[in-house]
Amino acid sequence: MTTIDLGMPGAGTFGVPHLHEDAPPLNKKELASDMEPRWCAGCGDYSILAAVQGFLPELGLKRENIVFVSGIGCSSRFPFYMNTYGVHSIHGRAPAIATGLATARQDLSVWVVTGDGDALSIGGNHLIHAMRRNVNLKILLFNNRIYGLTKGQYSPTSELGKITKSSPYGSVDRPFNPVSLALGSEATFVARTMDTDRKHLTSVLRAAAEHRGTALVEIYQNCPIFNDGAYELLKDRDEAEARVVHLEDGQPVRVGADKLVARGDSGELTVVEAEGADMSRVVVHDAGADDPSTAFQLSRLDDPTMAHIPMGIFRNVSRPTYEDLVHAQIDDVVNAAGGSATDADLGALLMGNDTWTVAD
Amino acid sequence: MSIKPVESLDSVVIRFAGDSGDGMQLTGDRFTSETAALGNDLSTLPNYPAEIRAPQGTLLGVSSFQLHFADHHVLTPGDAPDVLVAMNPAALKANLGDLPRGATIIVNTDEFTKRNLAKVGYDVSPVEDGSLESYHLHPLRLTSLTVDALADFDLSRKDKERSKNMFALGLLSWLYTRPTTGTEQFLKNKFGSKPDILEANLAALNAGFNYGETTEDFAVTYEIAPAKMQGGAYRNIVGNTALAYGLVAAAHRSGLQLAMGAYPITPATDILHVLAKLKRFGVITMQVEDEIAGVGTAIGASYGGALGVTATSGPGVALKSEAIGLAVMLELPLVVVDVQRGGPSTGLPTKTEQSDLLQAMYGRNGESPCAIIAPQSPGDCFNAAFEAVEMATTYRTPVFVLSDGYLANGSEPWLIPDVAKLRQIDIDFTTEPNDVDANGEPVFHPYLRDPETLARPWTLPGTSGLEHVIGGIEKADITGNLSYDPDNHDKMVRLRQAKIDGIAKSLPDLVVDDPSGDAGVLILGWGSTYGPIAEAVRLARKDGINVAHAHLRHLNPFPPNLGEVLARYEQVIVPEMNLGQLSLMLRAKYLVDVQSYTQVRGLPFTSIELAAVLSKATANLSGAIR
Repeated sequence: MTTIDLGMPGAGTFGVPHLHEDAPPLNKKELASDMEPRWCAGCGDYSILAAVQGFLPELGLKRENIVFVSGIGCSSRFPFYMNTYGVHSIHGRAPAIATGLATARQDLSVWVVTGDGDALSIGGNHLIHAMRRNVNLKILLFNNRIYGLTKGQYSPTSELGKITKSSPYGSVDRPFNPVSLALGSEATFVARTMDTDRKHLTSVLRAAAEHRGTALVEIYQNCPIFNDGAYELLKDRDEAEARVVHLEDGQPVRVGADKLVARGDSGELTVVEAEGADMSRVVVHDAGADDPSTAFQLSRLDDPTMAHIPMGIFRNVSRPTYEDLVHAQIDDVVNAAGGSATDADLGALLMGNDTWTVAD
Repeated sequence: MSIKPVESLDSVVIRFAGDSGDGMQLTGDRFTSETAALGNDLSTLPNYPAEIRAPQGTLLGVSSFQLHFADHHVLTPGDAPDVLVAMNPAALKANLGDLPRGATIIVNTDEFTKRNLAKVGYDVSPVEDGSLESYHLHPLRLTSLTVDALADFDLSRKDKERSKNMFALGLLSWLYTRPTTGTEQFLKNKFGSKPDILEANLAALNAGFNYGETTEDFAVTYEIAPAKMQGGAYRNIVGNTALAYGLVAAAHRSGLQLAMGAYPITPATDILHVLAKLKRFGVITMQVEDEIAGVGTAIGASYGGALGVTATSGPGVALKSEAIGLAVMLELPLVVVDVQRGGPSTGLPTKTEQSDLLQAMYGRNGESPCAIIAPQSPGDCFNAAFEAVEMATTYRTPVFVLSDGYLANGSEPWLIPDVAKLRQIDIDFTTEPNDVDANGEPVFHPYLRDPETLARPWTLPGTSGLEHVIGGIEKADITGNLSYDPDNHDKMVRLRQAKIDGIAKSLPDLVVDDPSGDAGVLILGWGSTYGPIAEAVRLARKDGINVAHAHLRHLNPFPPNLGEVLARYEQVIVPEMNLGQLSLMLRAKYLVDVQSYTQVRGLPFTSIELAAVLSKATANLSGAIR
């Protein structure tokens, strides 16, 4: 490959038309479509929709340059409720369709809304490859650990032993950890947040939007009908405080008020009492670390008992995006040739190097 | 100039055969290029195993390249070779059955060792046991002649031996009075950075040519006069390249950026290879994780206003089916190239077949109509691709281009199109409200159709005021809102079908070649069988058999006059390389008892075989002998 200097990667929305600085920003209402959301009462999707509609105006983008692409599932209804452009596609394929769109149109802010089944089961292949390529997509993965739209079967994030309609004796499928998967897929931005924590959710979305490249945001989302209470422990302030592993850049990784994450003798990460901790072994979070190993280790603190749940931005590094590289190659060739191809160029292509002429 | 007598021929079929590592495809390619430069009309057919390097010296590993060239219009790569060049016993054994008695066989006896003979079940060398005496046999020590010619080169014996294909090419070039300057230039380009190898290949080529001149083995040389062809600039082209160029030309004429999503698959991969090089034309190629992503990225690109294209073969179409259905529902332009190969399942990846017609027609859930165009020759792949783009963008629909392995890898001289005469493709993106609401206020309705084409607006993200969501769930007519209404669904299913059916209004009538005007038998083909059928018709007419011939390019919808054409003939014969898929469609639609003639051997029909079918059919006609 020819080396192409793309300079410093810009913000995630670089190249997307913004509203004039004097124009009033969009308001939340303008981003809501006239379609009434049809999620079940109490569904976590409502709060995520509200958070997205609430935060998007901050970006200052023109509404028409925002596109939401989804697959199939409850979460994939999302585009219908946004007054932007949108595609409600087919099961699992949103990352592929969004890749084509983002590659063809760098002037769009492209968001993928997906769920644990859509993204990690039927669409797993597209998800990991979008992240590997670092396409400039913001992927919101609503994880409720259940299939909702098909009325309650275990999903690839359901815990082992989960009793559902399709696993009456308990699920024997080991679940994915979506954050570990994303880190293993070379994702440049990986975060976890929660539907009920509006402030945290918004801050993560903001960081994702600023990131140029694929941003995978896992959002813990409660399904009140088929898997109610999946994240109940985190809704109780005290329980949450005791369990959440706070990932704050430049800060020691803290668990609750009195514990820290430290490196053990074999390099493993353990949760230790803050009091008397060997501060040289305490992990200081660095989302920008080039090596994703520590981020991966942090993702493994998560376990089925929810003893420790890392929340926040695991990884946030700069790497050229797929579409920037694709267009740089094309632009290089086109510019070197002095501009867009003409009829004469096409004629030369068709003619080739080995022609002969037959007289009339 | 040769000092030996020169004999004139009107047409020759040569087959180069050897181990898949022997460089037979390259040898064939170069001979083709020399022949094209001389002005003969020609047609080629490569035939190679699916394995890149099958076990050496075995029947499985035989790779061949057949070339038919003549002083007249050539329609097929030839039924049976006049000349076989066999680089080893396996190549001889695998191809001997196709040779008519009296054919010329050139064998490389250096490879006829006990071991190699045993590998293919020869106890005694057929070169020595007299079993080939009804052929013109030229047993030549091709390998040692090559090594001897390169005695002064500081190369390993193995490297020297590798030039034996150039020796053979040199010899054949002499035998058929072909110029070798093009090949010399080709070698210079290919091996410019390896002067030793370049010089060795040039020396081997030259030695082969001189060998023909000096040996007593060959008494005469042959010449074939240039064919009478339409005036203009020509090149030789294979179907996959022509198809890729057709897409690029159409993108250029429409002003759209070509965006291809694809996953490598035989025999379609070369389309991706060709397009990946064409950054000069702004072409985006995305080699993605699987076939589904190939079509998914193409659909995403089309939604964004690019020209979304995906190219694959039958197994890939199967994987893409659901997404093609989405494109039917979204009503976005999409070109799906299916280079058909032997099926089902993995089938015969490197062999040709026409068995995806019904898959293209019906291989999706729901009522999911797509337009289908099939090219009839390698060069025609250009036109088919260009037309597919016009159709996809005009009607906002997926369009299949049904090529096949025979067209993809086969080649023919191609009259290079005049760029100035390529049709303009006007793209009309909708940028303003297109309707009024109940209060007379301007509104945008994404499923309000053009009354003529029934196409819906193509509106790109980034267009202010026209924000809307599209998707796979049924749409309400006109507004495009979600709708589960029974009557609406019935209407939309019919509208999507009517849109595809309506394309027929823009199609030219099917042209029937019926010189006498009173033939009783019509032979009707589609796709790559054009050459063998047309040649069969020519042979039949030579024998005084009166037949009509027509060839379908548009498989969905059919040309408007097809029913009337079918009704005009007492008997309609439809040869296909499948079990009668077009026949099924014709019988269903027109209630005509067409006679299906089928063969699924992974190889094209021979014209002799089809001529016999015609002869039988005319003999069986009721009433007066025609």
